[in-house]
Amino acid sequence: MPVKTHQVTIVRSSDAATEFEVPAHDNQTVLDVVSWIQQYADPTLSYRFACRVGMCGSCAMTVNGVPRWTCRTHISKVLQDGAVEIGPLRNLPVVKDLTVDMDPFFDKWIAAEGVHHESRTRHDDIAPIDASDPARVEASAGIECINCAVCYAACDTVTANDSYLGPAALQRGWTLLNDAKDAGHDAILEAVSGTGGCHNCHSMGSCTALCPNELDPMSAIAGLKRETAKSFFKRRR
Amino acid sequence: MTARDAINRAHPLWVAFIVHRLSGLALALFLPLHFWILSLAMTDPARLDGLLGFTERGIVKTAEFGLVFLLAIHMFGGLRLMAPEFLPWRAPHKTLAAAAAAVSFLLACLFLMRAL
Repeated sequence: MPVKTHQVTIVRSSDAATEFEVPAHDNQTVLDVVSWIQQYADPTLSYRFACRVGMCGSCAMTVNGVPRWTCRTHISKVLQDGAVEIGPLRNLPVVKDLTVDMDPFFDKWIAAEGVHHESRTRHDDIAPIDASDPARVEASAGIECINCAVCYAACDTVTANDSYLGPAALQRGWTLLNDAKDAGHDAILEAVSGTGGCHNCHSMGSCTALCPNELDPMSAIAGLKRETAKSFFKRRR
Repeated sequence: MTARDAINRAHPLWVAFIVHRLSGLALALFLPLHFWILSLAMTDPARLDGLLGFTERGIVKTAEFGLVFLLAIHMFGGLRLMAPEFLPWRAPHKTLAAAAAAVSFLLACLFLMRAL
């Protein structure tokens, strides 16, 4: 009996693509397919992964034009007439093949003040947190982000505007803004209201539609727009 | 087109975005024409009457339906964006986008029915 196969096109740079025939298996993920190619067909293929269970956020690639976690995407869900096209994430520089340079993505986290701003010292008590507090609910939603850059790759505003901080960094800013343990309120508002800040967002919603963790960066950015506007009018008064 | 170039935009909010953007552009192109025709009331009333007679034609009425639809969808699309941004909503975005399109279509249809 002939072995069933998938036709896999790997987009290796803007002007090169390589085709592979990969044996089909039950319960096969896109990452399994890429790994098979690297192990059995082309050992020079570069790609990045770590946990294989949707926790580390390192295996995101563009699958048939859609940014996805390859480890949590079954190949059967994305095959079109037995074929699939796999490329690197959009909006980030390609290091080689399917591996992108994540530096600009993380630099923007820091530019959005997505860092801890300490509010107490080790000698103080831990801040009491009420899980039902509305601000805490906002913060708790955002902390599930694992920095996979799927939203960043999905965003057309990032494509059009290099300086735009992007959905993940802005959502991180919104999360910290709502976190009672973080003292960076003013610094965050300042950082996210500048040239590349939240007001660049056109609410296209691809970030929210494609987030594999089902987070809602678009609403987080809407929250930042609201808070920066409030802060602007307060200062004017 | 390669995978890097072709992102999947097939979801309601992206469609709502592009409809809002294109309707805004179309209205921006229409407005100078609109003001020019209004200005004829002062500069060339006879020509204005001619143009107003032109609006009685069916094809122009249909075009006006399109215009009212553009105005309505741009307005409700804008309200849809402002609602989650300036009201403390956890937004049911898709419902808002669909409602904006539905109300716009209803208004434009009502206009057409009155016009015909």
